[in-house]
Amino acid sequence: MKNQISRFLILCSVGAMVPSTVIAAEEQLIWGVQVEQFENRFTGDAQSDVMAWDGDALIGTDELKFVVRSEGEFQTRSERLETMETQLRLQKPISTFFDAVAGVRFDTPDGRDRVHGVVGLHGLAPQWFEVDADLFVSDRPSARFEVEYEALITNYLILTPSIELDVPLRDNLDAEVKAWGPKMEVGARLSYDLVDRSVAPYVGVHYERVFGDTLDLRQEEGEEGDGLFFVAGLRLMF
Amino acid sequence: MLRLSLLNAGVVGLSLLVLSSGAAGAAEYSLSVDRVKIDTGDFTRTGIGYNGNTPGPVLRFKEGEDVTINVTNNLDESTSIHWHGLILPYQQDGVPGISYDGIDPGETFTYRFPIVQSGTYWFHSHTGFQEPDGAYGSIIIEPKKREPFRYDREYVVQLTDAHPHSGSRIMRNLKRSADYYNRKQETILDFIAEAKEKGLGATIDDRMMWGDMRMMPRDIEDVQGFTPLINGKSSSQNWTGIFKPGERVRLRFINSSAMTYFDIRIPGLKMTVVQADGNNVQPITVDEFRIGVAETYDVIVKADEDKAYAVFAESMGRTASVRATLAPTEGMVAEEPDLREVPRLTMADMGMDHGNMAGMDHGKMSGMDHGNMAGADQSKMAGMDHSNMAGADQSKMAGMDHSNMAGADQSKMAGMDHSNMAGADQSKMAGMDHSKMAGMDHSNMAGEAKKDDAFYASGSGLVPSAADGGKFLSYSDLKAQKPLYEDREATREIELRLTGNMERYIWSINGVKYEDADPIVLQYGERVRFKFVNETMMTHPMHLHGMWSILDNGNGKWDPIKHTVSVAPGTTVYTETEVDAPGQWAFHCHLSYHAGGGMFRKVIVEGGPKSTSAKPSSVEG
Repeated sequence: MKNQISRFLILCSVGAMVPSTVIAAEEQLIWGVQVEQFENRFTGDAQSDVMAWDGDALIGTDELKFVVRSEGEFQTRSERLETMETQLRLQKPISTFFDAVAGVRFDTPDGRDRVHGVVGLHGLAPQWFEVDADLFVSDRPSARFEVEYEALITNYLILTPSIELDVPLRDNLDAEVKAWGPKMEVGARLSYDLVDRSVAPYVGVHYERVFGDTLDLRQEEGEEGDGLFFVAGLRLMF
Repeated sequence: MLRLSLLNAGVVGLSLLVLSSGAAGAAEYSLSVDRVKIDTGDFTRTGIGYNGNTPGPVLRFKEGEDVTINVTNNLDESTSIHWHGLILPYQQDGVPGISYDGIDPGETFTYRFPIVQSGTYWFHSHTGFQEPDGAYGSIIIEPKKREPFRYDREYVVQLTDAHPHSGSRIMRNLKRSADYYNRKQETILDFIAEAKEKGLGATIDDRMMWGDMRMMPRDIEDVQGFTPLINGKSSSQNWTGIFKPGERVRLRFINSSAMTYFDIRIPGLKMTVVQADGNNVQPITVDEFRIGVAETYDVIVKADEDKAYAVFAESMGRTASVRATLAPTEGMVAEEPDLREVPRLTMADMGMDHGNMAGMDHGKMSGMDHGNMAGADQSKMAGMDHSNMAGADQSKMAGMDHSNMAGADQSKMAGMDHSNMAGADQSKMAGMDHSKMAGMDHSNMAGEAKKDDAFYASGSGLVPSAADGGKFLSYSDLKAQKPLYEDREATREIELRLTGNMERYIWSINGVKYEDADPIVLQYGERVRFKFVNETMMTHPMHLHGMWSILDNGNGKWDPIKHTVSVAPGTTVYTETEVDAPGQWAFHCHLSYHAGGGMFRKVIVEGGPKSTSAKPSSVEG
């Protein structure tokens, strides 16, 4: 492990943009940015349209990767950041298809208990399901499970259904959630690979819903328990 | 009679500056390593070349002379040149970190070595991904003695797979997404078409089986999207070699591609293969042959008609092709044949064809969970020919009803639990042992009309066949014209399992990638038998530097010598090497991104003549 970390640090310090000057067999730094979602979410009501993103930047080696992941929602009309979370994650392979993840998550805007430890799994399950399972550890812990699948209609036209389940393990009124009252997001995005796999515009639907005590809490506050959005955006990889 | 024809006559030929050819037996050459423009007709980009061009010049050496080659690095990064297939002192072999330190920007490095062989070879950078970026050229070595075949003129036919992305970008993309360049994946539309043909259940089972392994049956070329070139020209740019009707033309095929195997034919002409990897073989006339990455084949064709002939090279994965023309006059264009259908890998390519179980070592198959086969719907297992299973231990397979197993379609072998086969832990899936297959009668294998090629797993989706139904060259056909070494028992065997994790794009030998591996230590004077067991579903052209690989293709003392030996998925191939070159050498898969991904070893030869032996080596780690 120590060896791997030092190799990782050396590679990182060499820097990503410096051309490889070593023999073909020597390790090349792996790096890149991948934005799975960068989209506008439209309801019938322009007041509640949001811009949302979900992406990560990684750098590292086969043995250890450092990943910065960011996701959030921005109210376009009121120009208000609704939610944003930033994760700093270290990923290390533990099996052929899965990495163990450890890191920290910072939630924005600022407030109480906005920092969580992250432990999780990231990988590819049988039948090509891309899976993220994370436990966020803090005074207000929660668990999250995400699955994504790329269905190839053609080799360029790709339908990507996804589901995300967020389960608060304790009440967190700042985030308007109650223990064991999960939030679910289901989406389906139809993309077309316009430039390699670098730029793929898409359209789709996105549906959110809360359950249990969280639903009751929201309804007490006069909010809706669910929302359906049409989305249009770009998937990016470079 | 023998006319020299330099590749890209003119520019490339002239740019090769022969400084002095003074005293007999000594020649001096100069090469500059330059940034060059690549224009394939499909795309343009900057790449790396020699003397201002890619491919670089044809270097013409003479057997017996001492050559001096001054290589000036005009890049802003380090470089190197490896003389592929040449037998020379290891310090001249051009592998940074093994032979020497490489050539720094602005520096001139002088190579000096004697030419001790003849034939067709090539040279390329061994630094980073400069070779896929265009850093290659060809070498012709004229023999001292008359060759055992005649020809009126000759051409180098150098195949490459120019890609719009730089090599380091390709590697980065593959590391993040192994299927980044695979645009031949099976789609929902394919699924619907197949379901109509074979039934919904069978098609779902098939997809589930591959999905369970997280592997793709159409994963034949890791890197697609390239433009194949012949002597730097795409089909539209149509490289043309001139002949006079009735002449014998020698074509020196060199595959300098980063990743691509090609199937080559000249519709209307028979090709007589006279050399493989620079060495004379007993002439064999074929209609088509497959050239692995880094291999060379010399063929002679006799073009009698006054017309244009297509030299057609089709990639093994059938994603791209290139046509050059042989014609009596400049400006003629031969018709380009269509690409054939994309092949599909089978369970045989996973090392799992039960038709060959006679040759498989069941002791190592413990990783395959046959327990779950009992409840599977065996009726869908059509295509497994168990007729050859005699001798195999069937006791563990009890309870399987094979009565419905007629037919030959391996794609329906669903229902088997392959979950234990996934990925890296394929160590137990040792492939087929071809040495044990001798004498097996494959003639009764349903659906296999022609005789099996022992260098492919039986039932493999990759088995080539000639487009016109004629003869397709097999490794088995290669017989040395005049064996270089006396045939003797190997002193020991070294097993090299070719392994990898497709999804993470990590490639390795015996499950260990280069960075983490100890060197292979050989003793000067021994004869080592290498056992290559391909446990991946990709084909690997294995290249040992500095010493010949005697390919065990069952021809005994006539086994041919090669510098690069292709190992197909699900097969075991043996080579033997007379350890006659002291020093330290590279040994690797010649697919650029597999070598870069770790399928690479350093070989240290201990002992031997003092003057050239290796410095005390440090173990990398």
